[in-house]
Amino acid sequence: MSNTITIDGNTVPFEDGQTIMEAATAAGVYIPHLCHHPEFTPHGSCKLCTVNVNGRNCSACTFPAMEGQNVLNNTRELTDDRRKITQMLFVEGNHLCPGCEKTGNCQLQAVAYHLNMLDNHFPHFYPSRELDASHAEVMIDHNRCIFCTLCVRASQQKDGKDVFAISGRGLNKHLIINSQSGLLKDTDLEATDEAAHICPTGAILIKRTGYQVPIGERIYDHKQIDQVSLETEHPRHGE
Amino acid sequence: MKQFIQDLAEKNHYQATHLLQILRAIQSRYYYVPEDAIEQLAGLLQIPRTQIISVVEFYSFFHLTPRGQYELLISDSITDHMLGKIDLTGYLAKQLNVAVGAVRDDGLVSLDNTSCTGMCDQGPAGLINGYPLTLLDRTRIDLITELINQQKPLAEWPVELFHVDDNIYKPDLLLQQQIDDGSALRTAFKRGMQETLAEIDKSGLRGRGGAGYNTAWKWHLCYEGPEEDAFCEVATHNQQQRYVVCNADEGEPGTFKDRVLLNSYAHQVFEGMTLCAAIIGAQQGFLYLRGEYLHLYDKLQSVLDQRRQAGLLGNNILNEGLNFDIEICLGAGAYICGEESALIESLEGKMGIPRNRPPYPVTQGYLGKPTVVNNVETFMAAASIAVNGGGWFAGVGTEKSKGTKILSICGDCARPGIYEYPFGTSIQSVLNDCGASDVLGIQIGGPSGTFISNQEFDRKLAFEDLATGGSFIVFNNSRNILDIVNNFTHFFAHESCGFCTPCRVGTALLKKQLDKIIEGYGSAGDVVALEELCQLIKKHSHCGLGQTAANPVLTTLERYPELYQSKLKKISYEPGFDLDGALETARRMANRNDAGAHLTQVEEES
Repeated sequence: MSNTITIDGNTVPFEDGQTIMEAATAAGVYIPHLCHHPEFTPHGSCKLCTVNVNGRNCSACTFPAMEGQNVLNNTRELTDDRRKITQMLFVEGNHLCPGCEKTGNCQLQAVAYHLNMLDNHFPHFYPSRELDASHAEVMIDHNRCIFCTLCVRASQQKDGKDVFAISGRGLNKHLIINSQSGLLKDTDLEATDEAAHICPTGAILIKRTGYQVPIGERIYDHKQIDQVSLETEHPRHGE
Repeated sequence: MKQFIQDLAEKNHYQATHLLQILRAIQSRYYYVPEDAIEQLAGLLQIPRTQIISVVEFYSFFHLTPRGQYELLISDSITDHMLGKIDLTGYLAKQLNVAVGAVRDDGLVSLDNTSCTGMCDQGPAGLINGYPLTLLDRTRIDLITELINQQKPLAEWPVELFHVDDNIYKPDLLLQQQIDDGSALRTAFKRGMQETLAEIDKSGLRGRGGAGYNTAWKWHLCYEGPEEDAFCEVATHNQQQRYVVCNADEGEPGTFKDRVLLNSYAHQVFEGMTLCAAIIGAQQGFLYLRGEYLHLYDKLQSVLDQRRQAGLLGNNILNEGLNFDIEICLGAGAYICGEESALIESLEGKMGIPRNRPPYPVTQGYLGKPTVVNNVETFMAAASIAVNGGGWFAGVGTEKSKGTKILSICGDCARPGIYEYPFGTSIQSVLNDCGASDVLGIQIGGPSGTFISNQEFDRKLAFEDLATGGSFIVFNNSRNILDIVNNFTHFFAHESCGFCTPCRVGTALLKKQLDKIIEGYGSAGDVVALEELCQLIKKHSHCGLGQTAANPVLTTLERYPELYQSKLKKISYEPGFDLDGALETARRMANRNDAGAHLTQVEEES
């Protein structure tokens, strides 16, 4: 007996223990997301993957798939709301795409394009945030951090280190570095660590690699994020 | 300091779950949490320093830079404002020669605001080094200033400064008939635990924190535990660790009933917790007491001691083979910890961030084990029901809301205090009892609840009509609704844990948008934008805080749309700030102040 749910009217199979996100990805259905990454424990904080399950909003990345679920994903209403949530992330930090090395490779930017975000809609906060260029090979621009915790999780779960954490409350949330000085140079982070590459925005960058891939030849310059996401996050990816 | 931290860690058995308690001790001793203490503690507790820093930065009562030796916090509840808080804080700042939010140069005293301290019936209120100051006025402030400047230890201050009254005006079912110590447990052992759970089920008791989940069902689910345990043998099933947690993180502005229950009915609350432990099979319980109620801590500890001596707590309770004890854990200033999964995180020594659900605490709670989290009043009611039977309780109230509800009434009324009513009581009769006249409206259930206008006083207290965790704030016709909404909206932005985007950014945007309208910079479309933002926060937030943070705006916008519209300028576009004011720096630099250096705001339509 196979388990199934429906997503926007289409039948999607799932295995016990799978989340809605996992079932959707396996079936080739894209649900926008930023803090989710299939390799790490789901976090459920960005709320871009909000889907409507039998009338109730849930985060697809954390909510278990269960028989009888009627999931709405690609609706006008959800797309409008996801666009506004993305706009919130843009105004919260200082995201200046034209001057950012990550442009074209940035998931935040790519999701914004995918959701047809044409402006920031909300007033900017213009927070004053620091740059940490102390490390020989890796730099952090806190202006672009969206608190997805992917670097936190990658460092703990993949690299076996504990380089990053999120601290503070509310809008004062910020990324902190696990060293007595609070600087990246005094941690055991290496440029080859997963945590140094996982950032969906341009907050964590590898030094001396800037613009090696010219603008126009970057990941999202020719492909939409839904296509890239399904190609790279599919459970059989790489087989 | 090294020795102090070492002893502290040892006293707490090097358990990282005790991080909040350890940090409270450090903060209280050094007036901040020094960097060296963090380093040492990380080693002793074997946790990353980042966990300690994140906890310090999360809770309002912990600081990375020194506060004053006398740390004064003034309650920012709307009721404190109505009692002249702004004026008094200004006076206090002047007398003490310290700015709000700052530490005086000599390091002796610091002054700041804090979220509602649960003294709304005897405000304006504040806290000094964690202990409550009530009924603040200029005379008391003069006295406090003098005591601080003399550097008198708090123990030598006049006790009346710290006096807290219960103010119980209308006792009913629960408050009138306090049970004898141990009687609920004795009756339950005699009747049988499953039979007692059946009585609680029959009583129809629902959680008193506001959400109203069926108590018997919650206990039953916790007893059952996770699905994978359902089929294991009874012996193994009984070995499963379970926990009972009493949620005394009463942070909803305007609520103070748990303060009174823990002050005068603590035995019965602990008895309810012990009863729950006997039914679900738990050995350990926690009372999570909000940091603002530090003044109750010693008294509650002595109640626990009395119960241990009376054989009502500890090993082999009443010689029935039940082992159960209760630990009191103090919070440190975070409204979000009233959310049950955030409270559990906090009990584990972490930031109070609500968990993803499922799984729910009844199957995976404290340290991943099945956990019952109930409100103070719920445990108290359960103990009474165990003695008097389910029918006794179910005979009162409405079909869907059985029994009584204890209200904390404050604001514009003659007798602010504690009132207990059968569910189904009309708002009008509550107003008559507390002596409220010329009423504009009422905030029921605190900022996260509902604002009702004076056209709705025939509505009833009940889960199916007006649900409340106990907060009931009365406003008379001299009050300005937008001031009230503004206070509540700022409160939520301050208390948002920041985990999810819609609440973290949304509550801050909501504050901005509302300020813009109230300050007169709103134009056509701004109220629509306000409402859109509210809906977004409500629909997409991770937990109850975000889902209700827009209620103050939404419930008043529904009732008084013209009030918001009247604040808007009659032009199609208005900058969201004072355009001319923003040029002040430029004028100063150019040393000009002539007419040409000023801009008129976009011209008003004639």
